[in-house]
Amino acid sequence: MPTSTAPDADTSLPGKIPITLTVNGTEAQLQLSPWVSLLDALRDRLNLTGTKKGCDHGQCGACTVIVDGRRVLSCLTLAVMKDGAKVTTVEGLASGGTLHPVQQAFIDQDAFQCGYCTSGQICSAVALIAEGRAKSADEIRELMSGNICRCGAYPNIVAAIQQAMGRA
Amino acid sequence: MINFRYSRAGDVADAVRQIASEPRAKFVAGGTNLLDLMKYEVERPGHLIDISRLPLTGIEETASGRVRIGALVPNSDLAYHPLIEERYPMLSSAIRAGASQQLRNMASTGGNLLQRTRCSYFYDVATPCNKREPGSGCSAIDGHNRMHAILGTSEACIATHPSDMCVALAALEANVNVAGPAGERVIAFADFHRLPGDTPQRDTNLEPNEIITAIELPARGFAQNYTYIKIRDRLSYAFALVSVAAALELEGKNIKEARLALGGIAHKPWRDENAEAALRGQNATRDTFKRAADILLSGAKAYAHNAFKIELARRAIVRALTQAAQGTPQSQSNKKVL
Repeated sequence: MPTSTAPDADTSLPGKIPITLTVNGTEAQLQLSPWVSLLDALRDRLNLTGTKKGCDHGQCGACTVIVDGRRVLSCLTLAVMKDGAKVTTVEGLASGGTLHPVQQAFIDQDAFQCGYCTSGQICSAVALIAEGRAKSADEIRELMSGNICRCGAYPNIVAAIQQAMGRA
Repeated sequence: MINFRYSRAGDVADAVRQIASEPRAKFVAGGTNLLDLMKYEVERPGHLIDISRLPLTGIEETASGRVRIGALVPNSDLAYHPLIEERYPMLSSAIRAGASQQLRNMASTGGNLLQRTRCSYFYDVATPCNKREPGSGCSAIDGHNRMHAILGTSEACIATHPSDMCVALAALEANVNVAGPAGERVIAFADFHRLPGDTPQRDTNLEPNEIITAIELPARGFAQNYTYIKIRDRLSYAFALVSVAAALELEGKNIKEARLALGGIAHKPWRDENAEAALRGQNATRDTFKRAADILLSGAKAYAHNAFKIELARRAIVRALTQAAQGTPQSQSNKKVL
């Protein structure tokens, strides 16, 4: 692991940095420029396009993934800063042919329309349940407020999370 | 996103050494504000020094009964830490009123102090802004200034400080521990953030070659009589129009000690010694609270679109002091203001 990165010979562009990420249980070695976001690394280098780029400014939550057990915004995360981390994306939630209870609940409760925010909503909800702090509908709404849904499926999203909590 | 060089700091001394040798370098920890500003090209560092792996993640009680919070403790860990929830529930409440759980998971304690205004002209590089480009002018003074400051403004800048956490830290009289080339020093919270004056480009009195290592809280936590009320355009995940941290120590009805800090109305978390003095020694009544609010807002100055903030702040202060006196702090999940 480098502690500093020497610039290229002509010093116009910094060199790429080797990092290791464990994404959905699979180790990946990447060579990345410092300014590559975790979101772009997942989508463009690892072809995991389930994670969506919504605003790219940390305002919408569509890019939510789980890094070392915490839900974070991958658009405001530099991939090089997460060298060695374990990342879970929406692609890593199902086991075998069985959907994760949160994924199944989103289907059962009709918790999405266009679907663009859904992978972020689902990753956020999986982490919310693991955090264990939301009990009431008010608390679910508050702790899911970082995930915006332009279709306005919020009541169904809350219902889906309540369903998944009941199963957990 | 702009291009930049990247390195990791091995320890605090190494971080200070690296920033001294790179004039266009900045520290990055959570990155939630800095990386966003870099995407807009408001911030253009040539080099990021990653301090996120430094061992500044502890929350511990000191021998003198104070609590020291490492600068890299994530906001969410701080809000839910048992020591903070029990002894400083106003701080816990204020943190939970800000941002979203994803952002609180990323954002560091030290970084929260250093986040920059969300003034839309500061973000829009096509418009003049004295904070972003000193001497270019202020677009907000005669522009859309509904979100802007009513106290402590200057001809150069009417931006507000965006933090909720800092409003509680101001009320609690925290200290900021910093390290730099000349060693360590302690900055009282009231002296950490600056008013805009004619140098709005400087948000704080932290020197560019210094690093925040910890925040220290005095033993007095006001755990019985406190509240944090945040008034905003949405119920959650929005910056404050006005927020109030209120903390009291009561003996019967009598106010022994009072702290009052406001967010969303000034370039820094706003406290007024005279307003707090007007509460001390008085009975905790609505009239007392109104008098304190009048004193705090006596110098308020409205611009074209934010005059509503003066009356909003007055009512929020009275409501917050009432909640604090009654021992019924504002819920941050059920948003009804009672």
